[in-house]
Amino acid sequence: MLLSRRNFFKILGAAGASTALPAGSAQAWSSKAPDDPYGCLVDLTRCVGCRKCEEECARVNELPAPERPNCQCTIFEKNRRPDDDAFTVVNRYFTGRIDNFNKPVPTYAKVQCMHCQDPACVSACIVGALTKDETGAVRYNKDKCIGCRYCMVACPFEIPAYEYDDPITPKVMKCTFCYDRISKDGGLPGCAGICPTEAITFGKRSTLLKVGKKRVKENPGIYLDHIYGEKEVGGTSWMYLSSVPFKKVKLPGLPETPSPKLSETIHHSLFSYLWSPIALFGVLAAFMSRTKKEADNPDNKGGV
Amino acid sequence: MKAAPLNKKFWTPGVLVMLCFMIAGAIAILGRFTGGIGYVTNLSNARPWGLWVGVDVATGVALAAGGFTTAALAHIFGRHHYESVTRPALLTAALGYTFVVLGLLVDIGRSWAIWKPMFNWNFNSVLFEVAMCVMIYLNVLYIEFLPIVAEQFKDRVNLPGMLSSLNSLVNWILKTGDAILNKTMWIFIILGVVLSCMHQSSLGSLMLVAPTKLHPLWYTPLLPLMFLASAIAVGYPMVIFETTIATSSFKLDPEMDILTPLTRFTIYLLGFYLLIKTGDMIYRKTWVYLLDGTYQTNSFLVEMICGIALPWVMLLFNRVRQSRTGIFIAACLIIGGVVLNRVNVFIVGYKPPISEGTYFPAVGEMLVTFGLIATLMFIYRIAVTFLPVLPGSREVNV
Repeated sequence: MLLSRRNFFKILGAAGASTALPAGSAQAWSSKAPDDPYGCLVDLTRCVGCRKCEEECARVNELPAPERPNCQCTIFEKNRRPDDDAFTVVNRYFTGRIDNFNKPVPTYAKVQCMHCQDPACVSACIVGALTKDETGAVRYNKDKCIGCRYCMVACPFEIPAYEYDDPITPKVMKCTFCYDRISKDGGLPGCAGICPTEAITFGKRSTLLKVGKKRVKENPGIYLDHIYGEKEVGGTSWMYLSSVPFKKVKLPGLPETPSPKLSETIHHSLFSYLWSPIALFGVLAAFMSRTKKEADNPDNKGGV
Repeated sequence: MKAAPLNKKFWTPGVLVMLCFMIAGAIAILGRFTGGIGYVTNLSNARPWGLWVGVDVATGVALAAGGFTTAALAHIFGRHHYESVTRPALLTAALGYTFVVLGLLVDIGRSWAIWKPMFNWNFNSVLFEVAMCVMIYLNVLYIEFLPIVAEQFKDRVNLPGMLSSLNSLVNWILKTGDAILNKTMWIFIILGVVLSCMHQSSLGSLMLVAPTKLHPLWYTPLLPLMFLASAIAVGYPMVIFETTIATSSFKLDPEMDILTPLTRFTIYLLGFYLLIKTGDMIYRKTWVYLLDGTYQTNSFLVEMICGIALPWVMLLFNRVRQSRTGIFIAACLIIGGVVLNRVNVFIVGYKPPISEGTYFPAVGEMLVTFGLIATLMFIYRIAVTFLPVLPGSREVNV
């Protein structure tokens, strides 16, 4: 009895020591963002809502042609979201601005995957089917995907769409950043190449930030002093300039902390090197051997 | 006191009702695998998880916690008094996890690819850890159940017709397995508890990756602790619930001498859960939402008051603890509270930041869920009828 108890505390002590070590040395979370990714800067003051980007996106990515491609009025009556047939859509917003003739001025905003620097979807994906590439593109590999849709739950921009009508081989559908094109020298994403008003500027993210800040500075009173995507969820490859508050064009207000930071920090401090399960196993085994010895001890028979 | 197969009629009206639900569920599943997930569900791009994840998976895992909590109590902490409830709890856990996996197979888009996480590891993914634990734990549960099968059929294997030539082989497997497990069972018992603690808590971590999408009443860094605490707290109430249903439907001894002392643990376990939930609400000042009248807040209030506080207060009274009806009602409230918590975290409290519109499960989704639950109950009934699970010798003749 005495021996078993001493033994028990010995095991408990060992387990305790093993828990203290890795917990103390658990590494702080660090960003896994690529050093010098590409990006796009969307200038909402330049967009005229021609929807050429939608058409070109569909062509390049072999998606069905957009609904009424030449329509620039009734199509905007309902707000649309990217879906399994369209990686990008343009919406029209009336934000309260009026022109000299007292007519409301529309603002057009294109939506697509933001290609986050530290994407929640990549952190969440159970099989690593989503990856953040050096180019900045968040890429999807259908051959690994099991269809759990955790990426869709995780995405703060509600971007990944699902082929809900495919019973056997549905895919997650989202903007590819035209990876096959931008990974080649001089390649542009379909939408950025076609835009007639140069509302979409493609380039290195660091350069685009400079361009954006310069544009804000040189046009006083036009732009908000805020590049959407510079800091949102730790930064995104796609960024926006606007003269109207971003919330009014359905670009949600987001914290500057990368979405995966908290969950990865908690998860890794609990389970790195499996220290906690191993420690728990040790403690429970110690308990079990102690109670077993007590039960085997004739003096303790029946005393449960 | 020894567990024994039931000697009861199998086909009762209740069983036939279960059969109807099973058939309806099977038709809905057929629809899902011919027309796609969108054909039978109200899921959308903004609402990718619904009833199947919230109930079939998250709630299923939580309510199967009776398996590891009773095993820990009786086998690890040596309270052998409670051994008679470990077998039914183990059966429920084994069936519960089997149906979690079946529910997942219906819910995930590429069911045939469910094996892929075994070879494609993403250590940053909370879901990866959950999947690995659930997969291993399901096998551990089957292993823990094997001695019960062996006890019934050892040296009595009598397969029908063509299969009879396999009799001696099956018998040999049963006997060898049983002999090996006799020596090594302690490993599986502890492993079961460890794996349960891991994935029960990690199920709570799932939503931490979406800080802007879960209502602040539920979004807290303590979510994993809360999921673990509630799973442990609901373990014994599940045992009370099942035992009361089983003993009254099969007219067996109500086992109050075991259930009443079990509720004393529940006071502490549920009290701890209530404490961290309340403390977290005060610390993060989320009580400011409590009276805003939205359906999320109301759902939170029902969860906290009817699902945790009320049954906790009930169990403080000796009169309730001694009453079969009293503990059954308390157990139902606690179970309801945990079910509602999982539904709240995965469905009610989930608000897509951009899209509008709410989600309510489609008839097809409900048919699948009810069908799976009915099948689970059906197999439970088969198992207790033919295997030594419930304490049979104390049967009461009415």
